[in-house]
Amino acid sequence: MPADSQDIMLKVEGLNTFYGKAQILFDMVLEVKRGEVNVLLGRNGAGKTTTLKSIMGIVAPKSGTITFKGKAINGLPPFKTCALGLGYVPEDRRIFSRLSILENFEVGKQTPREGLEPWTPERLFELFPNLGERRHHAGGTLSGGEQQMLTIARTLMGNPEMIILDEPSEGLAPVIVEQLAQTIQRLKSEGVSMLLAEQNLNFARTVCDRAYIVYLGRTHHESAIDNLSQQAYEKYCAL
Amino acid sequence: MADILEVHHLYKAFGGVKAVVDVSFNLKDGQLLAMIGPNGAGKSTCFNLINGQLRPDHGDIFIMGKNVNGSKPRDVWNLGVGRTFQITSTFASMSVLENVQMAQLSYYKRTKSLLQKVGRLYVDESMALLKLLGIEDQAERACGVLAYGDLKRVELAVALANKPKLLLMDEPTAGMGPSEAQNLMELTKDIVHTQNIGVLFTEHDMAVVFNHADRIIVLNRGELAAEGTPDEVQANEKVKEIYLGHGEPAGIGKKELIPADSKEA
Amino acid sequence: MGFYLVQFLTGLSDASALFLVACGLSLIFGVLRIVNLAHGSFYMLGAYIAFSLIAYLPQGAFFFWTGILLAALIVGLVGVILEVFLLRRLYSAPELFILFATFGVVLMVQDLSRWLFGAEDILGQMAPGLEGSIDIMGTLLPQYDIALIVIAPLILVGLWLLLNRTRWGILVRAATEDREMSSALGVNQTWLFTTVFFLGSCLAGLGGAVQLPKGGANLLMDLNMIAAAFVIVVVGGMGSIPGAYLASVIIGQLNSFGVLIFPQSTLFLMFLAMAVVLTIRPHGLFGEIEAEEHAAAQTAGTVLKPASKKVRLLGLILLILIFVLPVFVGQFTLVLMTEIALFALVSMSLYFLMTGGMVTFGHAAFFGGGAYSAALLVHHLQTPMELAIFFAPLAVGLLALIIGWFCVRLSGVYFAILTLAFAQICWSVVFQWAEFTGGDDGLLTIWPSKWASEKIVFYYLTMVLCIGGILLLRFFIFTPFGYTMRACRDSALRVDSIGINLRRHQWLAFAIAGVFAGLAGGVYVFSKGSVFPDEMAIPRSFDFLFMVLLGGVETLFGPVAGSAAYTWLHDKIARFDFWQLAIGCIFIFLVVAFPRGIAGSVHNRFGKFFED
Repeated sequence: MPADSQDIMLKVEGLNTFYGKAQILFDMVLEVKRGEVNVLLGRNGAGKTTTLKSIMGIVAPKSGTITFKGKAINGLPPFKTCALGLGYVPEDRRIFSRLSILENFEVGKQTPREGLEPWTPERLFELFPNLGERRHHAGGTLSGGEQQMLTIARTLMGNPEMIILDEPSEGLAPVIVEQLAQTIQRLKSEGVSMLLAEQNLNFARTVCDRAYIVYLGRTHHESAIDNLSQQAYEKYCAL
Repeated sequence: MADILEVHHLYKAFGGVKAVVDVSFNLKDGQLLAMIGPNGAGKSTCFNLINGQLRPDHGDIFIMGKNVNGSKPRDVWNLGVGRTFQITSTFASMSVLENVQMAQLSYYKRTKSLLQKVGRLYVDESMALLKLLGIEDQAERACGVLAYGDLKRVELAVALANKPKLLLMDEPTAGMGPSEAQNLMELTKDIVHTQNIGVLFTEHDMAVVFNHADRIIVLNRGELAAEGTPDEVQANEKVKEIYLGHGEPAGIGKKELIPADSKEA
Repeated sequence: MGFYLVQFLTGLSDASALFLVACGLSLIFGVLRIVNLAHGSFYMLGAYIAFSLIAYLPQGAFFFWTGILLAALIVGLVGVILEVFLLRRLYSAPELFILFATFGVVLMVQDLSRWLFGAEDILGQMAPGLEGSIDIMGTLLPQYDIALIVIAPLILVGLWLLLNRTRWGILVRAATEDREMSSALGVNQTWLFTTVFFLGSCLAGLGGAVQLPKGGANLLMDLNMIAAAFVIVVVGGMGSIPGAYLASVIIGQLNSFGVLIFPQSTLFLMFLAMAVVLTIRPHGLFGEIEAEEHAAAQTAGTVLKPASKKVRLLGLILLILIFVLPVFVGQFTLVLMTEIALFALVSMSLYFLMTGGMVTFGHAAFFGGGAYSAALLVHHLQTPMELAIFFAPLAVGLLALIIGWFCVRLSGVYFAILTLAFAQICWSVVFQWAEFTGGDDGLLTIWPSKWASEKIVFYYLTMVLCIGGILLLRFFIFTPFGYTMRACRDSALRVDSIGINLRRHQWLAFAIAGVFAGLAGGVYVFSKGSVFPDEMAIPRSFDFLFMVLLGGVETLFGPVAGSAAYTWLHDKIARFDFWQLAIGCIFIFLVVAFPRGIAGSVHNRFGKFFED
């Protein structure tokens, strides 16, 4: 295997996804290198969530290839994608509201992965002290910020090498967004690669390396986030 | 004259998540009021409280002076309110024309009639609405096969069939291209001003909002953050803060959300 | 005093088997989102297998209980086979089709049980060491009842521990809440589904096995139990295991004390209890409100069009054929044609309901209700045929209004289950109240008036009424009311938001469908000269559903074509000894192979030809 392909964590090429007869993604292309945090920027309905769901296998793409750690994963059911080390944090949090925090963790638990320190509830409570205080509380009783932390913590229980986060900053108070950014940076420093979908450019700038602009189901523009062309951003993402 | 819509101290929580916190505002007839805010700000919840799909935990909603707290969506419609959905919700097994006829049947209280076929009932009236919205050539097509933009127009036609005094539009231009969105809102504005209808709409496209709204309310994390004319809202510092990173040109090139020294965890 | 205490304890022991079956059903529904109609069959299998094992194993308490547990495990394995080889292929199919496939299994298990274990009722073995009775203040209570009373709470606690204290239980609860998310977190749903189905089936098998010493085994157990289990699940709240226990106890007590108050039909009290609970709490005692809308069984997107000229011409030719037929064929064919026409009218009334998104599993209650109304009028009041046929639909319309008032509060699968439970209750009233209805022996010598007693005259009478009824129902579909029904099916939320009271329209539709099915039943009884409780039983309801499905749900002509095909097929197959097995296989095959039905498939292939 050539050296540079080992560095590529996730590669998506020519991805086409349909909902019924409506085509949502058109030849979507993107890439995440090991240790990188990349972001899909775009408006509501641009196709960000569908891209992430296609990668996870929650919706089945019609054509295209998705490779994760050099292995083709298109067509795999989500639980197999997850078992390979790809974690998923959904847009609407989707915590199990009738399960306690610890039970939510249990659902996310996977066997430890070589070369990574396994996540335990105790380690996670260190990272998210609020959750530790309420470990026996049902997920449905938590506040929005706590739920966002829980959904990330739950995914970490699977010891992922890479995490997909769908609009993690959505609807959160600035102080929580700040906490979230710190969490993402901490995970990055531990070597976890990430792919985010975001509408909040400033948040993306603080945590991400590279950006893809998604518009009407296509990747329109790709660059390091610091070099992101203002024109491109305004054209495709601005309100 | 009383305002067409009055909202007093509305509260709604889902479990531990506070979706709407002490929101109050009002709307006069002939006016377009936009409700904006980032994703998750509580727009949809607020909207669904007004149209009867959700019940508020506290607070009151008056439509044309009548307290509709706890009313069902059908009661709200029967007060003379038209409504369009964010995710279009038409009758998929019926044609465009039949969808509008269905709304007419409801308006004229004919839904229990078993004595005559629907056939040409209210066809002229329905076609007039379709023509007004520029989709008369789609009349015979099934709603299931329509383009998204056209579906949104069908939604509006259905809402107008109720001869409403108040129109509630949830993301009327979502999924439309920029020029199509502007056209639809231009059309809506014409209709609303000629028929003297009050409109409350949620919208994420700021171009649409600032070009067409008479007044704007801004929600953030469930709370009412600002209210005023488009100019006032545009000049509001708080609003700028909320929308930071959402395309304020000034936001580009700066990393002010998190101070540099706090980056290490 | 002792008598009432014993009566109470008997009720508690009756609740045991009910609880075991109902909680298995509830568990499976919670995770897999399918209602397994074959669950009652698993209960029956549990009883038969336990009987065979205990007879085979050496004597003694140890081997007795080993036999019971082994029977439960074997039934669990049968469940696994069903899940892996059939249900797994159908998870993406509409709910209605899955239900149908499981009903095919019910029919197959019926005949297989008859073949393996014989048609005679079996008296269960006594539990060694628990053969005696204990004296409670002068009244005797069998010792085994005490064992049963203890078993249910033990299972309840065991299940609670399993669901709350084990990883598997947490995964089950997570999947009950959000299957997609738990899959995205690495949980293998396929494996989880199979294990849940195994456990649920085991519980049903265990229920059948433990009640063996008390109730024995017979071939009516399956459908009786599935109806009772549905009532319990609906009363207790779908997916709630404590709710299932509480409801089982309530129903057990009603059965136990009901005998004292209303010996003709204890099931009638079950109906009352369910009615009261559903009026106060539509989602059951411990049920939570279902957030998700259940997808309508029909595929939307095809606009119904009035018949084209070619279709009208075809219809006209068919009409002419029907009217000249008696010239060319014998009496036997005329009788068959009469039956087809009556069933076509019932199917059409069912189809009419389905255009409003209401898939009822209890349509036989209306058809049989019509037949019994007419027969009872003739039998008890010597009413002439003409009046009996006139009053039968009215009586059924009233019945439909009562049943519908409860049913339209629910939708989707819940609606279907409730209609099935009501129909089974109607059946049991007719079956149990022998003095009034003739019970199992039916009502005989219900013949037409003299002028219509010739087969050919009755043929024309039937055709006029049925074709008239079918065309009228067809007309209704194109009226404002019919449009509203379709709107209700397409989008309940949208209907509500344009100011229409969905429930009230569905209620009215329910009554209309009842009237037409009742008319068919009223005529049917005179064509046969007799009526038996079978006409109201669950398999009859499925016959009608199957006719509609066979004809395809997307075409107006479907119900007629389906009735003709099914009645003809049935007539051919029913001559074989194990015909239910064959019908069951055909059900499953058709569901797997042709989900659009006959007329639907024809429409697919030749639809262009019939357009103007």
